[in-house]
Amino acid sequence: MLPFILKRLGLALLVALTVSFISFSLLFLSGDPAAALAGETASGEDVEALRRLYGFDRPMLVQYGEWLFSALRGDFGESYYFKLPVAGLIAERLQVTMILGVCGILFALLTAVPLGVVAAIRPNSLIDRVALFLSVAGQAMPSFWFGLILIVVFAIQLGWLPPSGAATWRHFIMPTIVLGYYAMPAIMRLTRAGMLDVLNSDFIRTARAKGAGEGRVLFKHALRNAIIPVVSLAAVQMGFMLGGSIVVESVFALHGAGFLAWESIARNDLPTVQALILVFSMFYIVFTFLADVLNAWLDPRMRSS
Amino acid sequence: MTDAADPLSQEIHGPTPRQILRMRAFGHKGLLFGLIVVGLLVLIALFAPVLAPHDPYAQSLMNRMVPPVFMGGSWEHPLGTDHLGRDYLSRLIYGARVSLLIGSIAALISGLIGTTMGVCAGYFGGKVDAFVTFLINVRLAMPVVLVALAVVAILGGSLTVVVCVLGLLLWDRFAVVMRASTLQVSRRDYVAAAQVIGASTPRILLTEIMPNIFNNLIVVITLEMAHAILLEAALSFLGLGVQPPTPSWGLMVSEGKNMMLFEPWLVLIPGAVLFVLVLAINLMGDGLRDVTAPEGRS
Repeated sequence: MLPFILKRLGLALLVALTVSFISFSLLFLSGDPAAALAGETASGEDVEALRRLYGFDRPMLVQYGEWLFSALRGDFGESYYFKLPVAGLIAERLQVTMILGVCGILFALLTAVPLGVVAAIRPNSLIDRVALFLSVAGQAMPSFWFGLILIVVFAIQLGWLPPSGAATWRHFIMPTIVLGYYAMPAIMRLTRAGMLDVLNSDFIRTARAKGAGEGRVLFKHALRNAIIPVVSLAAVQMGFMLGGSIVVESVFALHGAGFLAWESIARNDLPTVQALILVFSMFYIVFTFLADVLNAWLDPRMRSS
Repeated sequence: MTDAADPLSQEIHGPTPRQILRMRAFGHKGLLFGLIVVGLLVLIALFAPVLAPHDPYAQSLMNRMVPPVFMGGSWEHPLGTDHLGRDYLSRLIYGARVSLLIGSIAALISGLIGTTMGVCAGYFGGKVDAFVTFLINVRLAMPVVLVALAVVAILGGSLTVVVCVLGLLLWDRFAVVMRASTLQVSRRDYVAAAQVIGASTPRILLTEIMPNIFNNLIVVITLEMAHAILLEAALSFLGLGVQPPTPSWGLMVSEGKNMMLFEPWLVLIPGAVLFVLVLAINLMGDGLRDVTAPEGRS
């Protein structure tokens, strides 16, 4: 188990390092960052002064090294727009995004897994068809449009829920549904396929033959095996969802990290954008690492591959 | 001796693989629905100048936010007009061009990158495979929407930039699927045979491997096209994709958002069209996968 964890950890670190380099080099995509920062009306001297102030005149790799070591200490520099430390800004906004992400993945799992299980137990039944319809529709649903429809129906027409903001738990209901629905189809399909696969296997037949109750067969024997790949997928989806929260947060005006990303991109606030890309990537890397370790623990065969 | 009595010739005269494929395709409702809807939208996009009743860019401040015909409007503007008095139907029709163009070119670029990576990884294995797998991991760790938004914002939003950014970002599924398919195919005897008779590596890749993973490639191309179309709409909705006055469905939803309280159809119509297009492309992709799969699920 330990060699597997170490090997996997090494990979995670290497991926994190590469991502950090890519998000750092975004700064240089625009050509001259000092000129971009100074604006079009700035004189050559102003640009020069800014270049020295932010250290853009040094080799890129030196700047990257410095940025990376500050980032490791939790210092992402100062936001061009807010004139505040980026780390503090993100930490403050991350709470809303985390709540949204956790609620979203819980919503997705709590709807997708039961639906997938029932659909697999009764293939081609009404529930199977409903589940299939929900997943096909979910994959084609533009999340910003779905969010706006929910606002029109539940906030404007019916007046049941607040349309935007993050003041109470009721503000999180619609964003949770939109974000969760985005992750639901994949989880449901995998649960259904996994359950179908397991239910046809020999050990289930054996369990039934030795007289185990149907509930015991389904939950203790089948679901436990079918759920293993779902754990990995949920971790991957959770990572995607945090990145995807940028759309949902802007629809519902939830002032989380995704909203911050949108604001800072629109304002060319590159230190904040770089830090956010890195933070969102780190979440994905950590989630998938934990999922792989959990999987290796649940299923010894995975440790060798 | 008659043909019917000979078991060997009966086997030969059974349906050919192509006939089986056609029979499966015509029996697959999802695939048929997808093909018909996508085909229609492609035709609409191609013949937009003929079909559009008005110039999609022509503003008319006297005719702002005319409701669609089913909400008390007139046939002059069947789907009404937007906040600048531009004909909504014409903008929707031209919007199909934007979506389909971005979707197909982005899928083509990412398909080229991802397939090259995946086939190389699957065929050569070892260090090449490890490197490609690593690149896939890096790509998956990057938040697509965020990176795409940031790059588009830095380089400036235009059709070309959006297409290139999406094309350079969405190759991951191609690489994953093509790698797995190549791994499977390259273990077959005919590949070994080609190697034994001394065929060059490019020849083996192009004439032995590629034709046998082509079905999977088509499936991924359709699914990634849908993905690219959804992402373009999201970027344009956030104001950092295709720029006004270009008619993009995502942008139309975003422009209608401010009037949503009074005129919800401004948001409902372009979003619904987007939903139907993506749904149809996905159903087409899923259908193609079912029909071409050797065991023929469906």
